Amino acid sequence: MSRDNILHKVRTALGRSAGQGVVDVPPVRLQIPAVALEGRIASMRARIEALAGITERVPDMAAAREYVAQAILGKTAVASNSPYLAECGIATLPGVQCGIREVDTLREVCARVDIGISSADYVLSDTGTLVMIASPAEARLVSLLPPAHLAVVPVERILTGLDELFTVLPRPAEQTSSMVLITGPSRTADIEQILVRGVHGPGLLTVVIVG
Amino acid sequence: MRNQVSLFVTCMVDQLFPKVGIAMADVLERLGYRVDFPEAQTCCGQPAFNSGYRSEAREVARHFLRTFEKSETIVVPSGSCTAMVAHHYADLFQKEPETLAKVHELEKKIYEFSTFLTDVAGVEDVGARLEEVVTFHDGCHALRELGIQSAPRRLLARVRGLELREMQPAEECCGFGGTFAVKFSELSGAMARTKLEAIVGTGAKAVVSLDPSCLMQIQGAISRAGLNVRTMHLAEVLASR
Amino acid sequence: MSVEFDRKIHLTLADANLQLAVYTATGRLKEKRKEVTAADVLPEYQDLRSQANALKKHTIDNLDHYLEEFERNVQARGGHVVYCKDATEVSDFVLDLAKKRGSKLIVKSKSMTTEEVDLNERLEHHGLEAVETDLGEYILQLAHEKPYHIVAPALHKTRYDVADIFTKELKIERETVPEKLTMIARAVLREKFLKADIGISGANFLIADSGAVTIVENEGNARLTTSTPKIHITVAGIEKLIPRAQDLAVFLKLLARSATGQLLSVYTSFLAGPRRAGEVDGPEEFYVVLVDNGRTKLLPDRGKRQSLYCIRCGACLNTCPVYRKIGGHSFPWVYSGPIGAIITPQFMGPTHEPALPFASSLCGACGEVCPVKIDIPKVLLELRSDVKKAETREKQNRLEKLAFRIFAWVMTRPRVYEMAGRIAASMAPASDGKWLRNVPPPMNMGPVKAWLNDRDLPPSPSKSFRQMWRSR
Repeated sequence: MSRDNILHKVRTALGRSAGQGVVDVPPVRLQIPAVALEGRIASMRARIEALAGITERVPDMAAAREYVAQAILGKTAVASNSPYLAECGIATLPGVQCGIREVDTLREVCARVDIGISSADYVLSDTGTLVMIASPAEARLVSLLPPAHLAVVPVERILTGLDELFTVLPRPAEQTSSMVLITGPSRTADIEQILVRGVHGPGLLTVVIVG
Repeated sequence: MRNQVSLFVTCMVDQLFPKVGIAMADVLERLGYRVDFPEAQTCCGQPAFNSGYRSEAREVARHFLRTFEKSETIVVPSGSCTAMVAHHYADLFQKEPETLAKVHELEKKIYEFSTFLTDVAGVEDVGARLEEVVTFHDGCHALRELGIQSAPRRLLARVRGLELREMQPAEECCGFGGTFAVKFSELSGAMARTKLEAIVGTGAKAVVSLDPSCLMQIQGAISRAGLNVRTMHLAEVLASR
Repeated sequence: MSVEFDRKIHLTLADANLQLAVYTATGRLKEKRKEVTAADVLPEYQDLRSQANALKKHTIDNLDHYLEEFERNVQARGGHVVYCKDATEVSDFVLDLAKKRGSKLIVKSKSMTTEEVDLNERLEHHGLEAVETDLGEYILQLAHEKPYHIVAPALHKTRYDVADIFTKELKIERETVPEKLTMIARAVLREKFLKADIGISGANFLIADSGAVTIVENEGNARLTTSTPKIHITVAGIEKLIPRAQDLAVFLKLLARSATGQLLSVYTSFLAGPRRAGEVDGPEEFYVVLVDNGRTKLLPDRGKRQSLYCIRCGACLNTCPVYRKIGGHSFPWVYSGPIGAIITPQFMGPTHEPALPFASSLCGACGEVCPVKIDIPKVLLELRSDVKKAETREKQNRLEKLAFRIFAWVMTRPRVYEMAGRIAASMAPASDGKWLRNVPPPMNMGPVKAWLNDRDLPPSPSKSFRQMWRSR
């Protein structure tokens, strides 16, 4: 349609010619603060809790499994295909559906169950953010359709913040079609600025840190 | 004896609030400055500039440049008029390198009154006394174009008998805005009334500012609302004893 | 000033409930922004602003380069880029695709660009159902209104207004508790998400080196819009580009803080192409519609080009004493507040609403809070000059032009100036130092009359400063 016309207008207005390169690109600004692991964990937990999320720190995978088993007691859940959840033995807990690789089934299950269980690729400590990279292991809908989202993350995946994330992962598009940063439960304040959680995404968020 | 300073009193002080100019001259003389008043001065041209009439503003700016060419230091009882000269004259003469060079010379020697006292004269206590509870209104151009916030407060803190109570928010516009005040008079009036609420909330009996135009807007609204609060230019406060 | 503009301002000022709602809501957002950008909380804030400004300046100054880089990278990931010059092209593209795929239901997440081109109305006209899914946008769609605010579109609606709208449009029992109203909307919209054929989103950033779209939101509706339907279409202005994914570290820190006072919004989606082999879910088709719709008109002027740096955070609206009084619907186009006042005249031409750039006290609060450092007051001043030049060319507003010619003539002649001042003073009524509530004719006209509508006038002093100075 209007591709060439628009590009021509842009070039004319800017006094540039087709194929002309760029000079003086502002340098990338990434500054990673030095924060010890315990400090990162404390900050991450404080941030998530300030947003009404729940955090729990457990010593090992067995304890993680136990925590999740209690959390889903009497409820239905879906687990992502994350190898880490399988390793923890969470994927095989009673009441947990797992191993879904077909999108229509996944939609149907995620829209029905009470809790979506996933891991996360990273956690950003200074904002309390889960970094979810879509892959065969992690579907988008597990952390989106159920009314509650529970993420189980090993302690070594806690980064300081955005600057470290984009240092570790300078071009996320090379490995995924979707990277989502989740900072707290879904919320809205569109009616009189009154905060309501769980408007479209999960209203409950629990993050279990292992290790 | 300190140096010579030239007053640019602004057209508003000249025509409507002459006592502000006299107060400023008094304070400067008490500090030992020789004060002169270049009689050819009129206006900085801001009304035309802000109304979109740049060639008219340029004519007035040229007159200003001529009038103050010989002055070593210029002191102005207005943040807004100072900002016009120090920030916007350069915009007017982008295509005239020679005039632009003169503008840059001018920028270095023009001072808003309170910052002249604190930064050039190096005084905070001018020996003033005023038994009054006051609040301070930050004029927008003084605050945001010239970055003036602490100078007037430091000066007020040294006035004997004076109590400063900050209003919330101090930095919100009073609604004057030059021709805005008459082009959008209902809106401008509504903004002034919001400012009055902040002022009344402090319980202060006087509002102090660096800008006669803000004070005209605020006093105009106070008078219309029948409130028992007066407005004072900082120079008038500092000239009190 | 157009009658319409004047009337809307007057009506908004006269509506006490609306005044309170808008002033309170913007005040809260303003305070939250201030808290999270304070120097002791975020010492790098000013540095981030400078970097964001440098990045935006660089991108816009080399926009064609980044558009083409973006396009190549989207295509490399199996997506498609479509350039549209105006509203018709955008809706034609969507309609054509919907027809080819047999689509009926479209879910939409918030996009100011689609508001610009009236996309919903155009799609509905052709028998498609397009549903807004952001709660605020949904409320407004039901009420048939335009957004009141870039970030908080239904900021002017009370819970009772929403109750009325839902009762009427959804045929449900009246409910006034915000939590319950929200859950009603969730249930209705969840059904739509699961049935929708196409999802249309906006974009906060287009990432050139990744061919990715970045969307920032709190509700999860944008995630649903871009995840559940088989087709995802992003509609975004060409100015939304930034060079690198790594630059998001700068922009994301500024955007949520400036918009709502959050450190990050709840969901930041970075989407690069359709679902890939092995991925379990995600759209099968991925389109990015790059919209001009007037943007290229802003590029030639180096001074005003910066208007395109805007990241739509809404901070300038919340801090603007004018927006906080006249609200969003007084503005003549979809963009309101200070940013609306500088982009509307450039998109629509200076005479579309000639008074718009003048509806500002030039207080500068907008420029101070802008996360990408757009010098909004400076652009406003340039636009004022543009309006006056256009008026002079077209021989309009000649009385005002004459008045300023006289002003310049008088102000360059000190003696005339002094005499004019004394004549004016001699005409002023004696008042014993009191401020005047009114003045006799012929003085009670024009600006003086306008001033006296809301304020008293200072009495004329018996002597001007220069007279006092001479007799000193």
